[in-house]
Amino acid sequence: MDLRAGVPPGPIQDKWQRHRFELKLVNPSNKRKLEVLVVGSGLAGASAAASLAELGYRVKCFCFQDSARRAHSIAAQGGINAAKNYQNDGDSVYRLFYDTIKGGDFRSREANVHRLAEISLNIIDQCAAQGVPFAREYGGHLANRSFGGAQVSRTFYARGQTGQQLLLGAYQALSKQIGLGAVQMFPRTEFLDVVVIDGTARGIVTRNLVTGKVETHAGHAVVLATGGYSNVFYLSTNAKGCNVTATWRAHRRGAAFANPCFTQIHPTCIPHSGDYQSKLTLMSESLRNDGRIWVPQANGETRRARDIPDAERDYYLERIYPSFGNLVPRDVASRRAKEVVDGGQGIGELRNGVYLDFRDAINRLGEQTIAERYGNLFDIYQQITGENPSDVPMRIYPAPHYTMGGLWVDYNLMSNIPGLFVIGEANFSDHGANRLGASALMQGLADGYFVLPYTIGDYLAQVKFENDDVGHAAFADTVKQVQEKTKRLLNVNGTRSVDDFHRELGQLMWNHCGMSRTASGLREVLKTVPELRERFWREVRVLGNGDDFNQSLEKAGRVADFFEFAELMARDALERHESCGGHFREEHATADGEALRDDENFAHVSAWEFTGVDKDPVLHREQLEFEYVHLTQRSYK
Amino acid sequence: MRLTLHVWRQGGPKQTGAFKRYEANDISEHMSFLEMLDVVNEQLIKTGEEPIAFEHDCREGICGSCGMVVNGVPHGPKDAITVCQLHMRTFADGQEIFIEPWRASAFPVIKDLVVDRSAFDRIIQTGGFISVRTGSAPDANTVPIPKVAADAAMDAAACIGCGACVAACPNASAMLFTAAKVTHLGLLPQGQPERLERVTKMVAQADIEGFGYCSNHGACETACPKEISIDCIAQLNRDLLTASARGVL
Repeated sequence: MDLRAGVPPGPIQDKWQRHRFELKLVNPSNKRKLEVLVVGSGLAGASAAASLAELGYRVKCFCFQDSARRAHSIAAQGGINAAKNYQNDGDSVYRLFYDTIKGGDFRSREANVHRLAEISLNIIDQCAAQGVPFAREYGGHLANRSFGGAQVSRTFYARGQTGQQLLLGAYQALSKQIGLGAVQMFPRTEFLDVVVIDGTARGIVTRNLVTGKVETHAGHAVVLATGGYSNVFYLSTNAKGCNVTATWRAHRRGAAFANPCFTQIHPTCIPHSGDYQSKLTLMSESLRNDGRIWVPQANGETRRARDIPDAERDYYLERIYPSFGNLVPRDVASRRAKEVVDGGQGIGELRNGVYLDFRDAINRLGEQTIAERYGNLFDIYQQITGENPSDVPMRIYPAPHYTMGGLWVDYNLMSNIPGLFVIGEANFSDHGANRLGASALMQGLADGYFVLPYTIGDYLAQVKFENDDVGHAAFADTVKQVQEKTKRLLNVNGTRSVDDFHRELGQLMWNHCGMSRTASGLREVLKTVPELRERFWREVRVLGNGDDFNQSLEKAGRVADFFEFAELMARDALERHESCGGHFREEHATADGEALRDDENFAHVSAWEFTGVDKDPVLHREQLEFEYVHLTQRSYK
Repeated sequence: MRLTLHVWRQGGPKQTGAFKRYEANDISEHMSFLEMLDVVNEQLIKTGEEPIAFEHDCREGICGSCGMVVNGVPHGPKDAITVCQLHMRTFADGQEIFIEPWRASAFPVIKDLVVDRSAFDRIIQTGGFISVRTGSAPDANTVPIPKVAADAAMDAAACIGCGACVAACPNASAMLFTAAKVTHLGLLPQGQPERLERVTKMVAQADIEGFGYCSNHGACETACPKEISIDCIAQLNRDLLTASARGVL
């Protein structure tokens, strides 16, 4: 397996500039003859499709939602980082690069991250010009807020709806190209497989979710912008439709899957309230600026929160981390919450949360000020729980939120299958073992607007084949395999619903491959998942048929892929004998319970090769070199 | 809680639909409305009946996928939320609930509660954008925008494209949806060069799609989960009048 990253030589500040000059160009008249298939219409997919069409390529774009505007990027709240230094507080491209490498716990590629920091400047310009209504100062200039993991104020935002506004900007740019006929849009269309001919990605197979029709599309290049896989846990902050299908099916066709065990758990979500729970809702991290986190000292406490005197409360983050207190990074806050809940101090009816208390902030600043800062979040909380956080403390607990792992890509964002590019959350590239807040939007748009449109040209300039091969036997074979799988799902006619199985898989993954992992727990997953998967294929019940709108069938196909993917995720977690970022192995901790990295043996990307469903995958390693940022242990005490 | 549901079931676009009655037992007041439907669907699957098709994705009120008329009101009885944010504690034990899809000829039913809203996308495609080629933007701070204008643009830009405005309107007009985009882009300096052309083309496309005209009924504003103001429609009409006076298109 060829895992050469292709990082250009030279000083880190010059690599991207120089590389852009060295990339081959496609003659404008030839661009018209080249067709690119973009799967996914979130920040990465929509921005890429629009930019490629502007360049003159023929583009087809696919999404499973009813409109490109509904991709899950829309739900991002907080903001987008950029090293503009508009605040004059000492920010720079190099500082953003440094913070991102360190925040990722030294498991990402330096050259990629530096490029990301450089491009962050262009993204804000582009979005402002598109009419994204960023927050502004009274003088009319852009406003910034602070975010975790940084000591400068570099986050641009549009109220609590930054993802929505950035996505609508990209969607509108895409819509213009659709209106011009430069992009052909396929909504309500699910990607089911990539077609590989002579080792090169040559097209895709899709299913029309309204008519059930399986279709083929040939292209000179395929771009996957299909997001992350947090829904392997069933309950996560992701939209219900988010899935691993596109990346997993590409993996089955030969694309290496990198660092699947790097998942991010967000510390402040509303705890689940019953078996019927369908998803978890995130409460912005900004609440930790004024809220104090605590649990009762006594196990099994039954008094109401306000009746428990201070002396009998354990403000455990303030106790363990006197200097950072409630503002420790996401991974640390999450793990400590799990620790106290597992230890029996959990609160709420199900004893599955910790308190986030605004009593002291309200006494200090007044209810009015707190309402101005967090009113909207308090309303959301009250809608869901029926409780008012001004009167009783919020109940919170960590939840799966983002996945840093994804398909392996080189510096050009191309996977190890020539012609198959992967952008946004779907690739593994920039966040290492932990993503900093407000960096997901930055990476999605960097890839789509400013990286892929250049790098894909280098590949397309060398393409020799004609794009008229949907008649090739590989297309017919792939269609047949896809149809057989659909038929098989419909024919099981067992007794259990798809959701029922998905919930069971999610619980297993959450227990043993979630916030905290052990070798024995992971072995348990590796033993149980194949059994569960076998039962799924024997007992699942999918009603209806394959030739109309059938949501159970859609779900069944996605869950079937999660059942295969889950095993790889656990294996990756088991093989990484260290703790870093979102991956915490209980065996690898310091004496006071902090994550213990092993740079000597694990400063590498784990890229897995598929060998068959019931066969062991093969591990390949890409060694990471740190020339500019020195490896250090993070400390927040 | 125990509830009696009357749910619109329709096999496909060309089939006729009808209300079907279901008993929903063991419903917790903590459930969201869509989780209540999940529970009903799990029961249906057990008994071999195809589950009720309904659109949903983020389940936190931002993607705009979900939408159904609950007891005659788009997104249900509570103001300023989508139906995925509606919780069962809003209803009384033993209550009867009627659930139907958006009804508008420009939104044909695909199945049960799912409708085709692609007409909205086509309205945006005709002019709901600012033309700016990737890479050609000036530094963001070279174009200052007064905070008041930026905030007002954000108010209009909050639209999630769910279609509740159309469902609520007696004319099934898409005027609030169209006006929200016209207002958002028209308030910003970057949106000026295409302003008059934009409004003309978008309104013309809404006509082609079969949406009705606006008669200032105001039901759209009441139904909107994002509280988009009907003032946007006044702004749209003003821009449209200017465009026609200047002979745009």
